[in-house]
Amino acid sequence: MLGLGQRGTFRHGVHPPEHKDETSGLAIRRFPFAPVLIVPLSQHLGKPAKPVVREGQEVIRGQTIAEPDGFVSVAMHAPVSGIVRRIALAPSISGTMLRSVYLEPFPASSQEVADGIPCDVDTATPEEIVHAIQRAGVVGLGGAAFPTHVKIRAPEGKYLDTLIINGVECEPYLTTDHRVMLEQTADVFMGIRYLLKASGAKEAIVAIEANKPDAVRKLAEHRPLDLPVSVRVCPVKYPQGAEKMVIKALLDREIPSGGLPVDVHAICVNVATTAEIGRLLPRGRGIQERVITIGGPGVVRKGNYRIPIGTTVRFALQEAGTATNLSRVFLGGPMMGPAVSNLDIPITKGTSGITAFTTDETGESTGHKKVYPCIHCARCVEACPLFLNPSHLGLLAKNEQYAQMAEEYNLMDCFECGSCSYVCPSHIPLVQYFRLAKKMVRKLDVQK
Amino acid sequence: MEFERRDAPFVTPSGSVPDMMREVLYALIPAGLAYVWYFGPGFILNLLIAAAFCAAGEAAMQSLRGRSVEAALSDYSAMVTAALLAFALPALTPWWVTATAALFAIVVAKHLYGGLGFNIFNPAMAGYVVVLIAFPLHMNLWTAPRMGDIDYHYLTFYETARYTLTGALPDYLAFDAISRATPLDAIQSGLRNLRTFDELRSYPLLGDFGGRGWEWIGNFTAIGGAWLVLRKIVRWQIPFGVLAGLLIPAGVMYFFDSATHASPGFHLFSGGTILCAFFIATDPVSAATSNRGRLIYGLGIGFLIYAIRRWGSYADGVAFAVLLMNMAVPAIDYLTKPPIVGHPRKRRETR
Repeated sequence: MLGLGQRGTFRHGVHPPEHKDETSGLAIRRFPFAPVLIVPLSQHLGKPAKPVVREGQEVIRGQTIAEPDGFVSVAMHAPVSGIVRRIALAPSISGTMLRSVYLEPFPASSQEVADGIPCDVDTATPEEIVHAIQRAGVVGLGGAAFPTHVKIRAPEGKYLDTLIINGVECEPYLTTDHRVMLEQTADVFMGIRYLLKASGAKEAIVAIEANKPDAVRKLAEHRPLDLPVSVRVCPVKYPQGAEKMVIKALLDREIPSGGLPVDVHAICVNVATTAEIGRLLPRGRGIQERVITIGGPGVVRKGNYRIPIGTTVRFALQEAGTATNLSRVFLGGPMMGPAVSNLDIPITKGTSGITAFTTDETGESTGHKKVYPCIHCARCVEACPLFLNPSHLGLLAKNEQYAQMAEEYNLMDCFECGSCSYVCPSHIPLVQYFRLAKKMVRKLDVQK
Repeated sequence: MEFERRDAPFVTPSGSVPDMMREVLYALIPAGLAYVWYFGPGFILNLLIAAAFCAAGEAAMQSLRGRSVEAALSDYSAMVTAALLAFALPALTPWWVTATAALFAIVVAKHLYGGLGFNIFNPAMAGYVVVLIAFPLHMNLWTAPRMGDIDYHYLTFYETARYTLTGALPDYLAFDAISRATPLDAIQSGLRNLRTFDELRSYPLLGDFGGRGWEWIGNFTAIGGAWLVLRKIVRWQIPFGVLAGLLIPAGVMYFFDSATHASPGFHLFSGGTILCAFFIATDPVSAATSNRGRLIYGLGIGFLIYAIRRWGSYADGVAFAVLLMNMAVPAIDYLTKPPIVGHPRKRRETR
């Protein structure tokens, strides 16, 4: 079929400035331990983990400090050797308080990590791999933090044929996946081995956007010949990293509304997650650190850092250094990243980066854009990757017609990529409306 | 440290509603200069009067509605309306005609429907149609274009200003002496009097394709329009639709019977065709929103222009065509909703 310029991508979408050059050439560096590390027991979607340490207990780096509570839950591991000071509530990015383990590192604590029970890819059964992934505390590191072991097995009556390794990384400023692909190439392929075996998928495709040619080359060159894996280059476009879009781009399959990738026989795993699986499982370790990009104009020593889980944003920014006119900090990239209002929140498994802006980006002339009425220019309609009508949805949202938005205009399909807000010449905060509207619709549904 | 809480996305591209409106105004400059060159300084007077009354109307309505006057004036949308009106009106138009059109456009067509973004009808065209119907005598007073070999008395700036402001012509001139049929008028009535198109072409006011002077205004309008398309202020679907909707039926009819039908080139370069395609029909507020819808909307306007020119009682049909298609926009939008990703592609059931 002739896709007329749509080959290997999806239709619509936007092209925000990438700002990736500032950090994409910088090798991953280790991050020092903060004076206190806060490990929330709920860093993933699903049930919080059950702590298996008590206050005052000494733990060593890599030790399991919380066990999964049920299937949709994962383990937590100590990011540092030290003392459990307390298990108490700590602030989180969403504003809610989460039960967390406060760890105080021993002075001069080493980077050494305790090994656990290894899981060998050749001898382990798929079930054992699923279990090992859960024990390793692996969740989607791209940002969604959905427990990886839950999605790699097709439920009864469904099957998987394709494993998509998502190295698209379409968010501006972020280059963690890029660096991981360059520096942990072997880990990525090892992770693919585990995932292919566990899922039963016939082939794996690594999706990379065209702005990372070095990563494409590296992966293509080091591809193990016995592995059914290919590398596919997608044209640069936001939000191609979204699960729905990358599956559409690569396989031209559409996840049905409200459905999951498994409904189109695919699973999509972030490339950094895959690398972690490949790195951790052979030694039975768990996720107690991750790679994040600390970047944006407000950061002095921009770069990619392997940072212990539980490091506060405040400590991370102190170490990286910030501009004096810092005005806004958010986790992840500027298109979807939630704003940080309290710097004492910890970095969790789902944090892909810290981006800081200065008053130059958020000041009077650029930040506070005046809102004009919608003039129906339909730029948002041309941007929405799902072909929703944000312009009309925005009008309905303003009139609080939430039920109609959901029933007639498919509000609930929206995955809040923010493309509509990005292109709006009237500066209408469309995606903000939709976030609120979706919450209201869920509330209405509960009340029914 | 205190941070302002705001939601993603934190990046916005340059460009805003006032920027878009300003670019539309800039794109009209070549056409405006050509208009002044061929039809005299009356255009500038019309533009100033229209701008003043559009601004006054906008300010009055905003304050009556308890909204910020400054906010509305700073978006330049009223100025675009004023500019389009100035292009639609004859170069010699008494000030009160222009004022009526401007006030109707802003007060009734725009603000009584809810202001910018909510008006169903293109305000400039609504204002123009009101004066076209109400003051036919004044609206038919077109002068001859300034071409060296046309024998005609061109009014000076003083005479133009005097007529515009007081309605008085120089003593030695009568209404009939300065009034000339527009090429569209001449061809329409000529063809209906059973003269052939080729015969009518020898009429001194006709040039290579359309009317003399008009052709050049058309060219300069197209330059501005092409720029808007390149800048993506305007998508290609509506201009293409309008031109195709007009030129295809015109071409077919001319092909089969070139004696009693005007050529497609004549239609393209006469009246408001090009202005309509790039600047009038493309007003986003009153146009369709989906790409397919825009194409249909444009084609509809183009065809209606042809129908009115060919069978209607008005010589040009741009304003009526636009207003008629404005009414069809909700239906077009509803019927051209693209399928949503992840939903089955079934035929939409009509309600």
